[in-house]
Amino acid sequence: MPRLKSATDLERLKQEILARVDGKRIVSITNGTDGKTRHSEAVVQAFIDEVEKQGLADKVIVKSTGCHGFCEKEPSTVIFPEEICYVSLKPEDAPEIVSATLIENKIVDHLLYVDDDGNKIVHESEIPFYKYQSRIVFGNNRLIDPKNIEDYIALGGYTALARALLEMTPEQVLEEVKRANLRGRGGGGFPAGIKWETTRNAPGEIKYVIVNADEGDPGAYMDRSLLEGNPHSVLEGLIIGAYAIGSHQGFIYVRQEYPIAVQNLSVALEEARRYGLLGPDIFGSGFDFDVKVHRGAGAFVSGESSALMTAIEGRVGEPRPKYIRTAVSGIWERPSNLNNVETWATVPLIINKGAEWFTGIGTEGSKGTKIFSLVGKVNNTGLVEVPMGMTLREVIFDIGGGIPGGKKFKGVQTGGPSGGIIPESLLDTPVDFDELTKLGSMMGSGGMIVMDEDTCVVDVARYFLNFLAEESCGKCVPCREGIYQMLKILNRICEGEGREGDVEVLEEISEVVRDFSLCALGATAPNPVLSTIKYFRDEYEAHIKERRCPAGVCKALISYYIEPEKCQACLICLRNCPVGAIIGGKNLIHVIDQEKCTKCGTCFEVCPPRFDAVTRLSGAKVPEPALAGTEVARKRGEKNE
Amino acid sequence: MQMVQELAEVDEIIAKYGGDKSAIIQVLLDIQREHRWLSKGVLKEVSQKLEVPLSQIYHLATFYKAFGLIPKGRHSVLVCLGTACQVRGAPRLLDKVIETLKIRPSETSADMRFSLDTVNCLGCCALGPVLVVDEEYHGKPSTKEIQEITTARE
Ligand SMILES: Cc1cc2nc3c(=O)[nH]c(=O)nc-3n(C[C@H](O)[C@H](O)[C@H](O)COP(=O)(O)O)c2cc1C
Ligand code: FES
Repeated sequence: MPRLKSATDLERLKQEILARVDGKRIVSITNGTDGKTRHSEAVVQAFIDEVEKQGLADKVIVKSTGCHGFCEKEPSTVIFPEEICYVSLKPEDAPEIVSATLIENKIVDHLLYVDDDGNKIVHESEIPFYKYQSRIVFGNNRLIDPKNIEDYIALGGYTALARALLEMTPEQVLEEVKRANLRGRGGGGFPAGIKWETTRNAPGEIKYVIVNADEGDPGAYMDRSLLEGNPHSVLEGLIIGAYAIGSHQGFIYVRQEYPIAVQNLSVALEEARRYGLLGPDIFGSGFDFDVKVHRGAGAFVSGESSALMTAIEGRVGEPRPKYIRTAVSGIWERPSNLNNVETWATVPLIINKGAEWFTGIGTEGSKGTKIFSLVGKVNNTGLVEVPMGMTLREVIFDIGGGIPGGKKFKGVQTGGPSGGIIPESLLDTPVDFDELTKLGSMMGSGGMIVMDEDTCVVDVARYFLNFLAEESCGKCVPCREGIYQMLKILNRICEGEGREGDVEVLEEISEVVRDFSLCALGATAPNPVLSTIKYFRDEYEAHIKERRCPAGVCKALISYYIEPEKCQACLICLRNCPVGAIIGGKNLIHVIDQEKCTKCGTCFEVCPPRFDAVTRLSGAKVPEPALAGTEVARKRGEKNE
Repeated sequence: MQMVQELAEVDEIIAKYGGDKSAIIQVLLDIQREHRWLSKGVLKEVSQKLEVPLSQIYHLATFYKAFGLIPKGRHSVLVCLGTACQVRGAPRLLDKVIETLKIRPSETSADMRFSLDTVNCLGCCALGPVLVVDEEYHGKPSTKEIQEITTARE
């Protein structure tokens, strides 16, 4: 393919590609990291083989794409143009879909998505999980083979770049992004346009632009899926930003734990160079730009802006005090502008559709859409993109389908380790940078972890503090020592040794850590603790005063007990107990040896629901095993089964 | 003999990055992937070739989780402790794996068969809690499955 030298070249190529695929059916199959864990590779191959075998090779395109969002049901396929959607596919399903749907235009009933009321849904857009979303950034994943730049171009890819470079001055591009009020999607929600302007105006010839794809929040994966499934959208945004800022060198910092993202990205960069979209004189505009990929070696704190830039220099990625912002003095002390993956991917949309269109979506202070990773105790797990301003309740219940197993909702953690847990009573809060911050949580990068009644919030707070204690770089005292002391107290509470006044001490230390830490890791670290104290204080008190864990999670505060009246001496728990702590035998009621029991909960899980003999006690004494070894009165075999 | 070979590989990796000092983390990542650990001999070589003090390299190698300073076992076992997996019972899964392999996180079995590590989110939260054995993903594995997965490996 020759280099694209002008907007006309780009348009001609687009028309050529469209003519080539015109009238063809497209079978788009999810083959990202989530899909791969369920053998999506084999599914794609099965479709390719089957299309060939049934003689459709010139009428059908089988596309291996990134994640579509509904990870729970992947591998899945969407067949275009009708958008027929089949879920939870296996390679064996390919022949039937090809012959029925692609040849006879019939629907394969048993592969459709079934909603809660048992209705089978044919079209993707009618599936509740997708129905309420607006996938303006993420939706193109469905139509793009990330290793094929032409798929992106066919959808109008790189037209925003052409417009920016050829029809707009850098100042105009900057102005458009500022007017759109695009706020950073990676953490703090800082206005991107203002940051760009700072770097643009900072003294120095050499400037850098950087993509933050470190995605350190444990439980968030939208950046990975975007980079993996549609790398060119991020790249296009980056080049546009570089033009506005006056930078000729970019970096993409991506964590090495995401091998497919690294791979797809490298292919994308190579292709972009080949098509003349990176390198010298892009589109004949005279603007030069290129990008290097830097793999992160695994440190949460290295996702922070100054730390990330130090890591790119090849040094240990620790934050520094920011009397001078990185926008002015970053990599090698040169002005450096860092934005998140999703922020960059939104830029081409703004350039193409205009700031007015963008500000038409969202709330007063938060414009556009945001991608969330909706995970944890929720029925429909996956990535959801919604307009800012949608309520948490709508996201979790309408899109997420509520809590599995008839359990009760307890809270939702937003913002990862820097955020807080929001309780049921505040579920009608809209997702919006400022609203979530007001509640003592934050938007963060978009993790949304749903918790049900079986989740202990004290344990969750401890989990995050433990994570942060391990990830703190140790450079500043408040963060290094403060988090450690808080963790010690939380450990104590969870181990049943909480003391009166512990909650107050936690609050006091929180203040110091929040106000005096060097970077946002420390400054936001108290959030998980403060928010749970604020909304679930009674649970802390139950742990401390009653030695009781209301959710039945904290091991030191629970015991397992087999109710003698219910035990059918079926031997299942006895055989499954990993430490041999269950005494009993055939026809002998089983009893747990509390000394030996490690409280792993296996007996609780394996006891057949129709017996329901194992109970979890907390805050109560285990009854004496008066009936130990007693024979089961009822004759086995008569009553059971 | 093996050392000579290893150092040659290291030189090759360094050359791939044009001997660029700032690429040191990338160099170490590549070596880690090839050798599955960073030996002292190898780090000395990197130090000399890139002209970066050995102490600085050790700082990097201990700061980042991707690096290991002891040899790893033949099979890698990862348990995800990311938040989504955590609330879906990852701690219990980890207990079961520890029970089965008889090693704790960051440890390698004496026969060099397994290394156990924990990670934070592999990006397949829908499957959670997730166990990865040699890049093979298993969602919510039962005790029996864990035993099968591990006994199948030499
Ligand atoms: C400890 C810490 C970790 C961070 N990790 C990430 C990350 O993984 N990805 C990200 O985009 N931003 C992360 N940030 C936020 C960045 O510092 C920075 O604000 C962001 O990348 C800027 O991009 P944005 O304005 O487009 O959001 C982190 C911040 C802190 C303090
Ligand atoms: S939290 Fe385990 S895969 Fe995401």
